[in-house]
Amino acid sequence: MTTDVAVVGSGPAGLAAATAAAEREVSVLIIEREIELGGILQQCIHNGFGVEIFAQDLTGPEYAQRYIERARQAGVQALLDSMVLDVLPDRRIYVTNPRDGIVEVHPKAIVLAMGCRERTRGALAIPGTRPAGVYTAGTAQRLVNIEGYMPGRRFVILGSGDIGMIMARRLTFEGAVVERVLENMPYLNGLSRNYVQCIRDYNIPLEFCRTVAEVRGRKRVEAVVSVAVDEQRRPIPGTEEVIPCDTLLLSVGLIPENELSRRMGIHMDPATGGPIVDERMGTSLRGVFAAGNVVHVYDLVDWVTRAGEVAGRSAAEHVLGLDRASGKRIRTVAGKNVRLVVPQVFGLDALLEQGVQLQLRVRQPIEEKTRLTVTAETKELFRKTLRYVRPGEMIQIEMEPRVGRWLENTDSVVVDIAKAD
Amino acid sequence: MSEVYDVAVVGAGVVGCLIARALSRYQLKILLLDKEADVCCGASKANTAIVHAGYDPKPGTQKAILNVGGNAMYDQLCTELGVHFLRCGTYVVAFSDDDVQTLDDLLKRGQRNGVPGLRIISREEMIRAEPHINPEVRAALYTPSGGIVDPFGLTIAAAENAVANGVEVRLETEVTGLLRHEGRVKGVVAGTQSFRSHFVVNAAGVYADEIMRMAGLDGFTIRPRRGEYFVFDREMSPVRSVLFPCPTPVSKGIVVTTTTHGNTMVGPNAQDIESKEDTRVTAEGLDEVLHGAQRLVPSLDPRAVIRVFAGLRAVGSTGDFLIEAAREAPGLINVAGIESPGLSAAPAIAERVVEILREEGLALYPKSDYNPIRVPPPDFSELSHRERAALIATDPRYGRIVCRCETVTEGEIVAAIHGLVPARNYDAIKRRTRCGSGRCQGGFDTPRVLEILARELGCPATKVTLNGPGSELVVRGTKEVDH
Ligand SMILES: Cc1cc2nc3c(=O)[nH]c(=O)nc-3n(C[C@H](O)[C@H](O)[C@H](O)COP(=O)(O)OP(=O)(O)OC[C@H]3O[C@@H](n4cnc5c(N)ncnc54)[C@H](O)[C@@H]3O)c2cc1C
Ligand SMILES: Cc1cc2nc3c(=O)[nH]c(=O)nc-3n(C[C@H](O)[C@H](O)[C@H](O)COP(=O)(O)OP(=O)(O)OC[C@H]3O[C@@H](n4cnc5c(N)ncnc54)[C@H](O)[C@@H]3O)c2cc1C
Repeated sequence: MTTDVAVVGSGPAGLAAATAAAEREVSVLIIEREIELGGILQQCIHNGFGVEIFAQDLTGPEYAQRYIERARQAGVQALLDSMVLDVLPDRRIYVTNPRDGIVEVHPKAIVLAMGCRERTRGALAIPGTRPAGVYTAGTAQRLVNIEGYMPGRRFVILGSGDIGMIMARRLTFEGAVVERVLENMPYLNGLSRNYVQCIRDYNIPLEFCRTVAEVRGRKRVEAVVSVAVDEQRRPIPGTEEVIPCDTLLLSVGLIPENELSRRMGIHMDPATGGPIVDERMGTSLRGVFAAGNVVHVYDLVDWVTRAGEVAGRSAAEHVLGLDRASGKRIRTVAGKNVRLVVPQVFGLDALLEQGVQLQLRVRQPIEEKTRLTVTAETKELFRKTLRYVRPGEMIQIEMEPRVGRWLENTDSVVVDIAKAD
Repeated sequence: MSEVYDVAVVGAGVVGCLIARALSRYQLKILLLDKEADVCCGASKANTAIVHAGYDPKPGTQKAILNVGGNAMYDQLCTELGVHFLRCGTYVVAFSDDDVQTLDDLLKRGQRNGVPGLRIISREEMIRAEPHINPEVRAALYTPSGGIVDPFGLTIAAAENAVANGVEVRLETEVTGLLRHEGRVKGVVAGTQSFRSHFVVNAAGVYADEIMRMAGLDGFTIRPRRGEYFVFDREMSPVRSVLFPCPTPVSKGIVVTTTTHGNTMVGPNAQDIESKEDTRVTAEGLDEVLHGAQRLVPSLDPRAVIRVFAGLRAVGSTGDFLIEAAREAPGLINVAGIESPGLSAAPAIAERVVEILREEGLALYPKSDYNPIRVPPPDFSELSHRERAALIATDPRYGRIVCRCETVTEGEIVAAIHGLVPARNYDAIKRRTRCGSGRCQGGFDTPRVLEILARELGCPATKVTLNGPGSELVVRGTKEVDH
């Protein structure tokens, strides 16, 4: 099959990238392993999507539908029920599907938009037995919202991530009992909005600094033992509580899905789990771009969409030979209390022309006035005061073109976040 | 009048399945029973998967003889059955003067046991073979005949080949008593059913002593000894062979090994426990395993763990395998206390049991149409793109990926469900296809497998289980109400 741009994955990142590229008059093929477009949004039947882009409160499938229509209008082709098995460094893509067998696509540019997957019980090495009734929250969400099955009746949810909190509410709607949401950190892992709308409004008990010490039950989960943890996240003996239940849901983090990227030899950032990208969402392989949760895990779909648009436009420019000349590159360094910064590099030219946007996450929450600074050598380029910072909420800042002149003699900028004095 | 079997084999672990297959060469009516919903649900599914060379057991013991004999049979056996087996070599690693002395003792013992090719290698040679090994290594005992096998693959393939040669398998059939007549064992009782047979082979793993008790034999007892494990993500799997620390009297120690699919696996510890069902993992046990493993390979990163599990060794009271015709209960052949190296020894144990049955008077006439070859079903992940395309052309279901981490297709899952020993639950599919055994551990495939199982078995999704009745994956439809 031939196409100028191939997009792997059709979530909001892939759809936005495909649309943006197609609007530049290049041919675009989107490859999706599910039987329909939309990615994870199709199972997110709750509202809360599109507040920034559409100033409207949409459900996931509604939001997806708008982009699916845009993509169609722009002339994007789609290969559904088709899994990308391999991408070679020279951009040859191998796809499998029941109709065509193995398809080889060799586009001029690729956008990787595979989304992410959930951390599992194995990764946490939770002690106890291994019965039926232990699911990740996203798997449960698919079972309930798409397949129409209840995975259990009495739930304990480990982790206060967004999917976990949304599922706490969803399962309550479906007549199940959510006994507890347990969070091993002293603070929330997801958005405060979801805490209010999904946990507090439904009187679901959420306990901080507690984790699951043991799963009990032979064939099916019979109980979960919860335990308090100290500051090093170690269980405190004597604080165990046996919670009878038949299902344990895990909402303990998402991992960007980069098997393909890694096998292609793209340079990765251990802090994000995704490829190192520049301000055009370009990876270390020329002509290969990435967007959305493969790059780093976003909270809001609107931002995923914007990143997708950037990646799609850059892919089209690459096809059309309009790539920016490779000028000076500046690294962004995660400094004090900063866990990650994206993009990890940017071109000085891009900054001088149109400014550069940085997205970041903090390590530790600070529940009071906080100062964010970006410095180059000793020169402060950017400063902003925030009311609070939380690991569950991504921060976005815009660096203006005028600071570019301070970067001529340096090759990195450092982002720090600290209590304001 | 119900039919009479020549032999009823109790227990469809690797030992029972290989016994059934060995007997299927002859003109016999054979029944293989297990209480679980699939074959390979006991120790045979939860072990270190090492085909030991045989330097470890005391010379002259059944363990020593059958281990060395079993190891030698592995190439042919796995070729016939189409099972993953790798003679990757094993190393016992020494860190101290005492350890170096132990290597010498093991070498001598191994030579007495008849293990071929044993030699002590230098620190440099060890580091060259396994670059991630603890650099404090002093020397190692290298055993070229040691290897690793896919223990699920072997057990299932043996059962399937037995079925292809006429053996009858009954699952979810727990033996609760023995039929006896004038002191002779004449069959088994399983709840309300009974099965008459001329001989009963007791290969019930950790429960073999209880089957013996049903025959009035109570001299031999089995204690469960639990061992816990970690499995690592294939992409963060540093070793290519099998690394042992120097052994202690209770255990061979925490091993760092690769699996036939390239995942590093570490374990087991050794904990004597009370219950024969207690396969839980514990925080202390996992800690012990990790620390033991990091002594061998310091760079092992617990963040790359994708699965933890535990298995129970069937530790017999005599310290050796007990493989014999029961003198006080004629008709019963006991295969008990088959702890490690039971997997390695299993092919030789099976031959030994055939000999015992012959000695006990079972007439063994070879079958003219016996076929030792089992052609394994297609494994999509191992094919070239061209072979894949050809396969999909014959059956489009091989074009749909159900498990993304291990690239398992719908076609493979359907084939497993309709195999000679049908996979009737999620775990059974997993053992046959690796579906769900990768880094997302079923997060992606579970809803899809649920649908496929319900469709192929013709049952509602609420009846689909993880590993048999009581382990249903979902409890009701969303729009249904609980009563
Ligand atoms: C439960 C939940 C609730 C959320 N709630 C909100 C909310 O209220 N508001 C909000 O703004 N955001 C919300 N989000 C966040 C937002 O939905 C995600 O950040 C966004 O969907 C990520 O988009 P993506 O395109 O990167 O990935 P995805 O949507 O995950 O899309 C990736 C796609 O790639 C496909 N794919 C992957 N690998 C391959 C391959 N090898 N071959 C072919 N196809 C492949 C996948 O099938 C998938 O369709 C929520 C997310 C979740 C999970
Ligand atoms: C932690 C650990 C590590 C090991 N590592 C190795 C190794 O690296 N190399 C090696 O060679 N060996 C190893 N072994 C030993 C090896 O796994 C066993 O020796 C071998 O699997 C025993 O097989 P089996 O068929 O006798 O028992 P099992 O696999 O336990 O099978 C017994 C079967 O009997 C069934 N059963 C029990 N009672 C009844 C009943 N009443 N009615 C019907 N069915 C019944 C059970 O359901 C079970 O399926 C290890 C064992 C353990 C536990």
